[in-house]
Amino acid sequence: MVRPDTYREVRAHLAGLSDEELEARFWDLAREAVAPLVELARTHTSPSIERSVLMRMGVDSITAKGVVAECEARGLLAHGAGHVLLVCMQAWGVEAPKAAARLARGEGWEVAEAKWGGAR
Amino acid sequence: MSASRDDERFGRPLADPPLRPDEKLDVEALLDGLERYRPRRRGWTWRRRAPRQRLFEFEYHETSEPLERSVPLPAARHFEGIDPQPDCVITTEIASGRPEDDVRRMRMAAWHGANHIMVIRTAGQSHMDGLIEGTPEGVGGTAVTRKQVRFTRRALDLIEDEVGRPIDFHSYVSGVAGPEIAVMFAEEGVNGAHQDPQYNVLYRNINMHRSFVDAAEAKRVMAHAGMLQIDGAHNANATAVRAWKVMPELLVQHAINCAYSEAVGMPRDLIALSTVPPDAPPAPCVRMDLPYAIALRDLFSGFKMRAQQNTRYMESDAREATVSHVLNMVISRLTSADVQSTITPDEGRNVPWHYNNVAAVDTAKQALVGMDGLREMVRVDREAPELAARVRELKERAVLFLEAMLRDGGYFAAVEQAYFVDSGEYPETNDDGIARRSDGGVAAGSIVKRADDYLAPVCAHFGENHLELLAGFAGGEAAVRGEAAPCAVIGGCTLCDDTKVPYADELDPEDNAERRLAATRELRERGLIKPEVEWTGDGIVVVTMFLPAAEPVAKAAALEIGRAMNLDDCEVVHSRVMHPAEGTLIELKGRLDVAVDPATLVVPEPPEVLSDEEIRAFVRERGVRAVAATVGEDEHSVGMREIIDIKHGGLEKWGFAVTYLGTSVPVDKVLDAAIEHAAQAVLISTIITHADVHRENMRKLADLAVEKGVRDRLLLIAGGTQVTDAMARECGLDAGFGRGTHGHEVASFIVRALEKREQAG
Repeated sequence: MVRPDTYREVRAHLAGLSDEELEARFWDLAREAVAPLVELARTHTSPSIERSVLMRMGVDSITAKGVVAECEARGLLAHGAGHVLLVCMQAWGVEAPKAAARLARGEGWEVAEAKWGGAR
Repeated sequence: MSASRDDERFGRPLADPPLRPDEKLDVEALLDGLERYRPRRRGWTWRRRAPRQRLFEFEYHETSEPLERSVPLPAARHFEGIDPQPDCVITTEIASGRPEDDVRRMRMAAWHGANHIMVIRTAGQSHMDGLIEGTPEGVGGTAVTRKQVRFTRRALDLIEDEVGRPIDFHSYVSGVAGPEIAVMFAEEGVNGAHQDPQYNVLYRNINMHRSFVDAAEAKRVMAHAGMLQIDGAHNANATAVRAWKVMPELLVQHAINCAYSEAVGMPRDLIALSTVPPDAPPAPCVRMDLPYAIALRDLFSGFKMRAQQNTRYMESDAREATVSHVLNMVISRLTSADVQSTITPDEGRNVPWHYNNVAAVDTAKQALVGMDGLREMVRVDREAPELAARVRELKERAVLFLEAMLRDGGYFAAVEQAYFVDSGEYPETNDDGIARRSDGGVAAGSIVKRADDYLAPVCAHFGENHLELLAGFAGGEAAVRGEAAPCAVIGGCTLCDDTKVPYADELDPEDNAERRLAATRELRERGLIKPEVEWTGDGIVVVTMFLPAAEPVAKAAALEIGRAMNLDDCEVVHSRVMHPAEGTLIELKGRLDVAVDPATLVVPEPPEVLSDEEIRAFVRERGVRAVAATVGEDEHSVGMREIIDIKHGGLEKWGFAVTYLGTSVPVDKVLDAAIEHAAQAVLISTIITHADVHRENMRKLADLAVEKGVRDRLLLIAGGTQVTDAMARECGLDAGFGRGTHGHEVASFIVRALEKREQAG
């Protein structure tokens, strides 16, 4: 849409605000604009987030990529890749890097399937 | 050893041997054993301000603690070599594509006053779904990887010890692997990063949902590590059609990222706004951009200001860019800047070169120190009608933008409707903004709603996380009760237990730093000298020439001249019309495949000077007399005055009795005066070199002294801008002194030479 500069016409409702009130309005609006974005982030995850969780569990980036790809393929990402890894670590009695290496090779997924069901 | 060893800001001492200022960085040694290197501190460090600092004869109001080692500004030689450091952090961006070359440039920049080093990422890295590993060569930037980061941080540890001030290391947490990069940076002690989901959406066409979801996690990790965040709003300036119209939108972009960052848990003092004065001359840019800078600082008080320099109107003219950047810093000094970023003056023509990083840092240091305390005397007049009205107007336009955005469905809807980077000044629109679909872009459809049992057993995680489920795992109960971190269940995550951080080395056996270094090893081992601008041995040189021809002809002629000079790959990198017919200034780039072995060179020894006391004692005891004059038909007197006069630190300072005969003195008159005054030394100045008259004067002085039978009892010394010691001796004199000579050197020479004569005879 092409629109000429209508600033003089559309600012009437702001003219009566003090500088402080104008600045407060600016921030109220900005916070209102980001609120749904924050909510989206709070309730969603992504392959990158899940890989970053695995990295924090001590898994190298290449293995983390493999595990998350498997989780995506099996519809398990919503539970958290770290959750899947944790369940396997406990089942196998091994540390995160070892368990992740196994999962990245496509092995041992029966543990996750037993908990969350089979691959989609 | 540097005092930084006892300074808590630097963290625990490093095992690597400290750098020696007279030795090059050993890049090969720094690449070795990286699997064992760990960063010695985390988080951002500010400069330590030193209010009312005294240096030489001056008091400074806006400086920080001085460096232990540095290269001062050229004019500092008139001020006892002081190198005052501005109060704000100074940034330089170094990314040649080869980390092994980047670190050498970082060391040079640090010596000139940069303490924030930013590495631009290689082209395409933001679209890589995952981390890159190893040290593949970058294009237009450097591949930012764990190895590259570790290697660079290791080098910066040594460099900061050498200069005596902590250096913040910075790169980018953006693209489709933001959270992973944030974790890697946190693990490896990176101190700051760009993070702004709007940048992904607008300029990298990464799906908007993915960008914001990832950003929340990345920001949480950055906050955990104490990293300073810089936003991406300056890009709207760099891409705007009419930069002076983009100001309301810039305020909105800053607000979106700031509000989002705070909402996901980032403290305000770690959030920096990347703000650029949008305009440049010939626009009346300071008057146009100052109201914007003030509106911004009014609205965003408590946040940090990272003042960037203008790139929107940069051409190939380094002089023009430098003036624009100085004007940018006038605004920084009249308002505020916590971080002063620099843009290299050659960025309008190529990927920055070594010495242009240094030039940009020097420009910032020079301008900021020159304007030290300016605000105390020259204050912005907030009541000035144009300024007050414009500040208010910009704020209102930004509020109108936000109101409309919410009315039209919120941020995502606004991006779909091309609200951003429109060339109109909001509410004016020209329908030329960047539009992105919410279901489109790279990695569209890749976010997943978290299930009711979503769990991430790690620290610095954002959003829904069912930690109560940890009760079902051995060692998870304490975390459920809130008595332990979520990662207690795995015995600590990498952010809590540094020993768990894995290391990945090279994945590509050919494309890596070790291989590239092997190709230039001979240069290093034999100490061969080859010109370079970016990479060891790249051989790039620039020739500046004036050609008396119109611009198109001059450019073609320059290429021919370059070939005649044996340069390969010649390219005109800058041209400027001096007059349409009279001529053109050309800067020609070319590659020269020549390496010089320093063993084959005769390098003149720098003059050794005696102490003031030694000279004074000798002169007092012997009563040393000299006569001095500018010879021939030459009216220059300044150079000789500097060597003689007490007020310039000349010979009189140590008690020499000098008779100055004036300018345009015939050589035989000078000798007659020397005989008459029973002088031990004769000093002649010869500036004019036309038809080799300077050599002729020198020879004449030597010959006449022999003729008059006084050669043995007189020290004959010549000085001048084109005189060298070798040339003077060749002409039969005892010494010659060229440009930049000080009285101290001449005095030392005379005393030493007279001592030698006494011993000999």
